[in-house]
Amino acid sequence: MNWHSPAEFFAMGGYAFYVWGSFGVTALALLIEPLLLKKRRSEVLKSLKRELSAKERSQ
Amino acid sequence: MNPKLITWKYASPPYFYPLAGKMIPWFALLAVLLGIAGLWVSFFVAPTDAQQGEGYRIIFVHVGASWMSMFLYLVMAFWAGIGLSFNTKLSSMMASAVAPTGAMFAFLSLWTGALWGKPMWGTWWVWDARLTSELILLFLYLGFIALQAAIDEPRRADKAGAIIALVGVVNVPIIYFSVKWWNTLHQGASVSLTQAPSMAKTMLLGMLLMALSFWMYSIAMVLTRVRAIMLERERHSDWVANLKEVRS
Repeated sequence: MNWHSPAEFFAMGGYAFYVWGSFGVTALALLIEPLLLKKRRSEVLKSLKRELSAKERSQ
Repeated sequence: MNPKLITWKYASPPYFYPLAGKMIPWFALLAVLLGIAGLWVSFFVAPTDAQQGEGYRIIFVHVGASWMSMFLYLVMAFWAGIGLSFNTKLSSMMASAVAPTGAMFAFLSLWTGALWGKPMWGTWWVWDARLTSELILLFLYLGFIALQAAIDEPRRADKAGAIIALVGVVNVPIIYFSVKWWNTLHQGASVSLTQAPSMAKTMLLGMLLMALSFWMYSIAMVLTRVRAIMLERERHSDWVANLKEVRS
């Protein structure tokens, strides 16, 4: 085990800003992408449903 | 049905759409499990580096992100090339689906590289071969995305994008070999196919687990995106109108 306390872990031997800045932004990017994709899918499904119901009304 | 037809069947959107939908949760699960294992090894198993202290731990995201940025470019160019030569629309949709994830990893490679460079080299950025060629990779991705977005007719956009993607392939070996061909500030390859790795086994394990996690993540994201693209582009076809998520 590398760490003796949580504080030591978060300090990263003085490199906290660089290490957490790297892991943090990577984690953020990997969380945002699936959320954007979920939004994209729900938008296209919404417009498809609208188109379909308009078509069925006109028939 | 003859076996050749069964293989080709999945190359058409009506069949690939549900297949991709079934695969996504598995790749997402693998990405999460490998990611947890990778983070555990990165922070709690891999030892402190003799020269760089704890600062070297950036390697665990930096290397995986850089590998994926290059690998995804090759995947994108491959599908774009297939789409261009055989006029298969699903291949071109795959190329478009890969680009944003690849661009994100290229950005992350540069970002984590800058955060690593500052404490170790004393600078966020230098115009050396490795860094510059990786920046060009990001611009190639962005150029591909912007060009496709600027052309209204999807099949024309596919063709124009494929040309950029294929021309840009030359940049990938340049990135990979840049640390050998030129004197750069960037360190040489940590892992190579021909030599034993120059690092502790647990460091290597952490790097590989994180890279695999990014890989599985990328597959899940690309499949999710290509499904959205299929719906957008094939919106007037019967198979889309008959999907239960559209009907309900």
